[in-house]
Amino acid sequence: MNRSNPPALPMSKSKGLSTSARLKTRFDKLSVSALLAAALVSSPALAQEEPPPVEVEIVGGSVKAGTIVAVPAMPTPVDIPTPAGSTATIGRAVADVIASGLRASGQLNPLGPEGLPAYTYPQATRPSFPDWRQTGAQQLVAGFVEARPDGQITVGCYLYDVTTGRELTRQGFVVAPASWKRAATKCADTVYSRLTGEGAFLDTRVVFVAETGPKSQRIKRIAIMDSDGSNLRYLTQGEATVVTPRFSPDGSRLAYVSYQGRRARVWVLDLATGQKRLLVPGLAQTSAPRFSPDGRRIAYALSANGNTDIWIANADGSGTPQQLTTAPGIDTSPSFSPDGGRIVFESDRSGSQQLYVMNADGLSQRRISFGGGAYGSPAWSPDGSRIAFVRVGAFRIGVMNATGGGERILTDGWQDESPSWAPNGQFVMFNRFNRGGNSSLFAVPVNGGTARRLPTPQDGSDPSWSPLQR
Amino acid sequence: MRKTLTLATIAVALSLSACGRKPLETAPPPTDQTGIDPNLPPPNDEIGLTELPNQQAAMVAAAGSDTIYFGTDKFDLDDASRATLTAQAKWLIANPAVRASVEGHADERGTREYNQALGERRANSAKNFLIAQGVPANRLLTISWGKERPVATGSDESAWAQNRRAVTVVVR
Repeated sequence: MNRSNPPALPMSKSKGLSTSARLKTRFDKLSVSALLAAALVSSPALAQEEPPPVEVEIVGGSVKAGTIVAVPAMPTPVDIPTPAGSTATIGRAVADVIASGLRASGQLNPLGPEGLPAYTYPQATRPSFPDWRQTGAQQLVAGFVEARPDGQITVGCYLYDVTTGRELTRQGFVVAPASWKRAATKCADTVYSRLTGEGAFLDTRVVFVAETGPKSQRIKRIAIMDSDGSNLRYLTQGEATVVTPRFSPDGSRLAYVSYQGRRARVWVLDLATGQKRLLVPGLAQTSAPRFSPDGRRIAYALSANGNTDIWIANADGSGTPQQLTTAPGIDTSPSFSPDGGRIVFESDRSGSQQLYVMNADGLSQRRISFGGGAYGSPAWSPDGSRIAFVRVGAFRIGVMNATGGGERILTDGWQDESPSWAPNGQFVMFNRFNRGGNSSLFAVPVNGGTARRLPTPQDGSDPSWSPLQR
Repeated sequence: MRKTLTLATIAVALSLSACGRKPLETAPPPTDQTGIDPNLPPPNDEIGLTELPNQQAAMVAAAGSDTIYFGTDKFDLDDASRATLTAQAKWLIANPAVRASVEGHADERGTREYNQALGERRANSAKNFLIAQGVPANRLLTISWGKERPVATGSDESAWAQNRRAVTVVVR
């Protein structure tokens, strides 16, 4: 497929410029206004210049499982060194990240970049479809990595239907060379969304508790990483035991429980500044924090005198906390509905742990779990339709309708806990304890499929999946 | 400014609580003194409780144990637990300069947040019994470690039984 005489840039019917040339023009405009705050800029407007892609092999918004998507290494017009490697090196790495991301979805079957033929820069916008059909692929992710005069790079991302030779979507990203991976992840998200009809989920982060040391003297640190396990760093250093970190809805803050001062209390951490403070001043035992969807409030559990109830406080520390439940017993693990109007929580007021829904002001409490046995750790899905939970006793992750019923068990570990939804609602992340106390992070597709382990350098627990990054 | 005000408030509370008791030798942190309302915020939330290993050993020697045990998902006290707590209470009453952090624990077979609440229930059961034996309530704190601090590391019933516990920790 490496032609000795590469064709001139395509002079297609409707356009005077090659698409790549038009991409560059558009990116130059964007760079003036839009590159200030974000390291990464997408150009959704580009797609609108194209005729709407024809839906091919896509029925009801989703492809058949196992659709083969070729992801060859992306070419560069001129191999230019950058602080993050040469543009040709980055082009191969970008394809690797895209293929890994599509594979992680469990819904697509990426091919390459190893073993696939190379193609030239002009062919990014004019693939040789007969050649790609021979690979067995139904779709092709093509693109390029090009150095810009301002020191940044452009990553072009094109998705084609190989069978019909139609372009399905495109996105372009101008980033600092060191941020090539985010551009690649955004490209994979674009491909995933276009082919499955589901929302993006790959350009996300995961915060969790990294665990080291013997079981009786566990050292626990809050860690944050990209959703593929890369770029891990620690946000606390193990001086105090920490559990249950949860993202704010915009991903800028965490609420978590720390035993700092030998007291279990909810703290709020600002990720940009590293500043942390107690959610509620004082000595009371607080736990189980979760942000409201607008990020302004945090629901949590307060334990006193043998009784645990759910309270709500302003996340910025202003105002006076309000008590939402008063039932004797343990009410904990609150989780907001996506519209913020309701809270699902667990309570043992009936004699065993069960799931309840109430209005966000504490009114209209009613039980929704009636499947027999006990339930805990509810988490409301991003679209509001479902609740993920832990089936207590067997310790498996399940989902049920937010109105109750429709229960399905998704996992089968020795002890699976701490469900957290992907922002697109297609996956639930959780941690799996083995007998003996080791713990790993897993993600399971909610519509059926195998749980996939996330790579972490140490044991991990209590994952919280971030919103999609901008 | 808020922190300054809090400190001033505690200083007042300290001097009030010290009235009629032994005089302050130095300027100790407020948790050094008996008679302090444990619901008052500490002057600095970064500073926690300090364990006192020698006094801990003395209490264990006098009371037989610093630990009581519970059944699965239970927080009621059996006869053995009552006997241990009664002896602990005697030692605490005889040693008024220290406080006790009653720390509840759960086994690993429970969700983390429920176990945090369950541990508090257990700690509270022990605390209430100590109070009933005459230990001043303001010398007792409760803390739940949930399932964070197992003493037995196995994943079987005998290990879980050792981990369902409340420990009386002597602190200042």
